[in-house]
Amino acid sequence: MADVSLRAVRKSYGKTEVIHGVDIDIADGEMIVIVGPSGCGKSTLLRMVAGLEDITAGEIGIGGRVVNDLEPRERDIAMVFQNYALYPHMSVRQNLAYGLKIAKMDKVEIARRVDKAATLLQIGEYLNRKPRQLSGGQRQRVAMGRAIVREPSVFLFDEPLSNLDAKLRVQMRMEIKNLQHELGVTALYVTHDQVEAMTMADRMIVMNAGVAEQIGAPLEVYNNPQSKFVGGFIGSPPMNFLPTGAVTAPASTTEIGVRPEHLRFCAPGAGLFDGTLKFQEALGAEMLLHLQDATGRVIVMRVETRDAPALGTETVSVTADPADILFFDANGKRA
Amino acid sequence: MHLDSAMSQRVTFNNKLLPYLLLAPQMLVTLVFFFWPAYQAARSSLYLPDPFGLSEQYVGLENFTFLLEDPYYRASFLTTATFSALVAAISMGAALWLAVMADRVIKGSGAYRTLLIWPYAVAPAIAGVLWLFMFNPSIGVAPYYLKALGYNWNHVLNPGEAMGLVVAASAWKQVSYNFLFFLAGLQAIPKSVIEAAAIDGAGFWRRFRTIVFPLLSPTTFFLLVVNVVYAFFETFGVIHTITAGGPQQATTILVYKVYSDGFVGQDLGSSAAQSVILLLVVGVLTIVQFRFIERKVHY
Ligand SMILES: Nc1ncnc2c1ncn2[C@@H]1O[C@H](COP(=O)(O)OP(=O)(O)O)[C@@H](O)[C@H]1O
Ligand SMILES: [Mg+2]
Repeated sequence: MADVSLRAVRKSYGKTEVIHGVDIDIADGEMIVIVGPSGCGKSTLLRMVAGLEDITAGEIGIGGRVVNDLEPRERDIAMVFQNYALYPHMSVRQNLAYGLKIAKMDKVEIARRVDKAATLLQIGEYLNRKPRQLSGGQRQRVAMGRAIVREPSVFLFDEPLSNLDAKLRVQMRMEIKNLQHELGVTALYVTHDQVEAMTMADRMIVMNAGVAEQIGAPLEVYNNPQSKFVGGFIGSPPMNFLPTGAVTAPASTTEIGVRPEHLRFCAPGAGLFDGTLKFQEALGAEMLLHLQDATGRVIVMRVETRDAPALGTETVSVTADPADILFFDANGKRA
Repeated sequence: MHLDSAMSQRVTFNNKLLPYLLLAPQMLVTLVFFFWPAYQAARSSLYLPDPFGLSEQYVGLENFTFLLEDPYYRASFLTTATFSALVAAISMGAALWLAVMADRVIKGSGAYRTLLIWPYAVAPAIAGVLWLFMFNPSIGVAPYYLKALGYNWNHVLNPGEAMGLVVAASAWKQVSYNFLFFLAGLQAIPKSVIEAAAIDGAGFWRRFRTIVFPLLSPTTFFLLVVNVVYAFFETFGVIHTITAGGPQQATTILVYKVYSDGFVGQDLGSSAAQSVILLLVVGVLTIVQFRFIERKVHY
C-alpha cells in the first residue's frame, strides 16, 4: 500500500524528448489509467515508475520514498506486461513462486500465497502446466497471479488486455478492477482503449505526444474535456467540432464542440448545422446518424432508434442546448 | 465456388520421373563423396595390402583387434576426449561470455559483431600457422613475454603446452561461430521476460542462471553437437600445422592418427579400420547427445 507521486517527470532518448513533464499525485489504493494513442509515451511513463527506464529529469516517489535511483526490485512494485512475459520454461506454479523464492520466503508461506492467488484467479487446475499449454486468457491470469503473490504496494499494467478477444477483454477488465479494489493496491494501468479507461479508472491521465493533457475522473473528463484532443479521443463516436457560427461564444473561440448525444433536430436554418443524412449505423437501442453539409463536413449524432429519420436527400438541421456546447480556441484549448 | 476449389488444390505435376530427376544431382554427390568412400573404407578395413600396394589379403577383423590392443591407439582416444571437451568448453564458454556482453551493448554492436566474426573466415591451416608464429619457442611473441615473466615456453617438447596451444587455436577459430548463434539466441529471448525477472527481484547473475541460460539451451545443445564434431574432424588442419600430432603423440587425435598411420605410415588397412571406428564413435556420441542431453533442453 502506497501513494505514488510524479513530479515534472521527463524522458529523453538521446536528444529526442518523449515525455515533456508529467505531474500527478496518486492516492493510496487509487486506480489510475493512462490513456492515449499509440506512441504518446504511456509505456515509457509506466516503465519509469517500474524502474525499467531511467528518469531523465524530475522525481518519482513511491510510499513517500524517492525511487529515482532504486532498482526495479527495490521499488515494491509488480508489473503485468502486454505479452505477459511468463517464464516459458517454468510451470505456472514456478512462475508464481519465482519472485517469492528470490525473496527467500519460507516454503509454507510460498505455497499458501500461490494457492490463494490461484484460487482467486481460478487457475488452480493449471498450476503444473507450462505457459505454452495455456490459452491467452489463462496466460493473462497467470501474469496477474504473478503480480498478486508478491503483495506489492503498486501494480503496474501495460495494456494487459490488448491480446485478448473482445468478449474476454470486457470480462477481464471488470475482474481486474474488482481485484484491485478488493486488494486495495494502488494501480497504474496503461491502455490505448478509451472504453477500458472510462470503465476502469478512478482517475485517468489522457496523454498526447508526451504531455498529460488532462487528469481527472472519467465522467469529469468526458463532460468537461480541457482540449480538442481530449474531446476527440475520449468518447465513441468522438465529439463533433463545428465552426462557431451564430452561437454566442467567448471572443477567442475558433471552434465549438458538441457530443453526438447532445445533438437534436430543429427547425430548418435555426440550428448549428444543416446537412443531409448520409449513413445510419444501427447499434440496437440507439442509432448513429452521419450528416454531411454542403462543404463536405461530416458530423455524427446519436439518437434513439425509433426517432431516426429515413435516409434521404432533404436537408435537416440540428442544434444543441447552449449548456452542452464547449468552446475551443486556436490552440485547441478551452476558450 | 469453382475458383475456390481450384485455389485450394495443390500444384501437381503428372510426370512421375520429375522428382527423381530433381533429386538426382544431390543423390549423386552423396553417393560419390560419401557412400563410395565409406564403402571403400569399410572394405579396406578388412584387408591387408602388401608393402607395394600391388595385392591385398583378406584378414577379417584383424586390423581391428590389432588396433584395440595398441596402447598408442588407446592413448589417442583419451587425447581426443580431452581435446574435444576442452575445445567445446572453451570455445562455447568464451562465445557465450562475449555474446552476453555484446547483447548488452547497443551502440556499435555491429562493429563488435563484424570483428568477432572474422576468425571464422580464417582457414584452419592459416589459423594454425598464425598461432604457431605467435608461440614459436624461438621467434614467437608470446614465448618472449612469457620468458620475461620467468616461464620457459616450448610446446615442441612439452606435451601439455602442445595440447594447450592446439586447443587454444582450435577454440579461437570456433568462437565466432558459437558467438553468432549465442547472440541470436540471446536476442530471441523476449526482453520483457528478463524485465519481469528483474522486477521479481533477480539480479543479473541469477537472471542468467535461472532464465537466460535455460532459454538458451536449444542453442547450447545444437552448438555442443556442432563443436564436438568440429573438434573431432575439422581441427585436422590446426593440429597438422602446429604440432603434427606431437610431441610423443600428445596431440594425435583420432582423425590425425587416421591420416598419419595411413598416409605417412602407409598402413592402409589400419587407417581404414580407424576411420570405421571413428565413424562409429561419432555416431554413438550423436545418439547419446540427442538421447540424454536433449531431454534437459527446454524448447
Ligand atoms: N528505446 C527507445 N529509444 C528511442 N525511442 C523510444 C524508445 N522507446 C520508445 N521510444 C519512443 O518514445 C515514444 C513513446 O513510446 P511508448 O511509451 O512506447 O508509447 P506508447 O506506449 O504510448 O505507445 C515513441 O515515439 C517511441 O518511438
Ligand atoms: Mg505501449
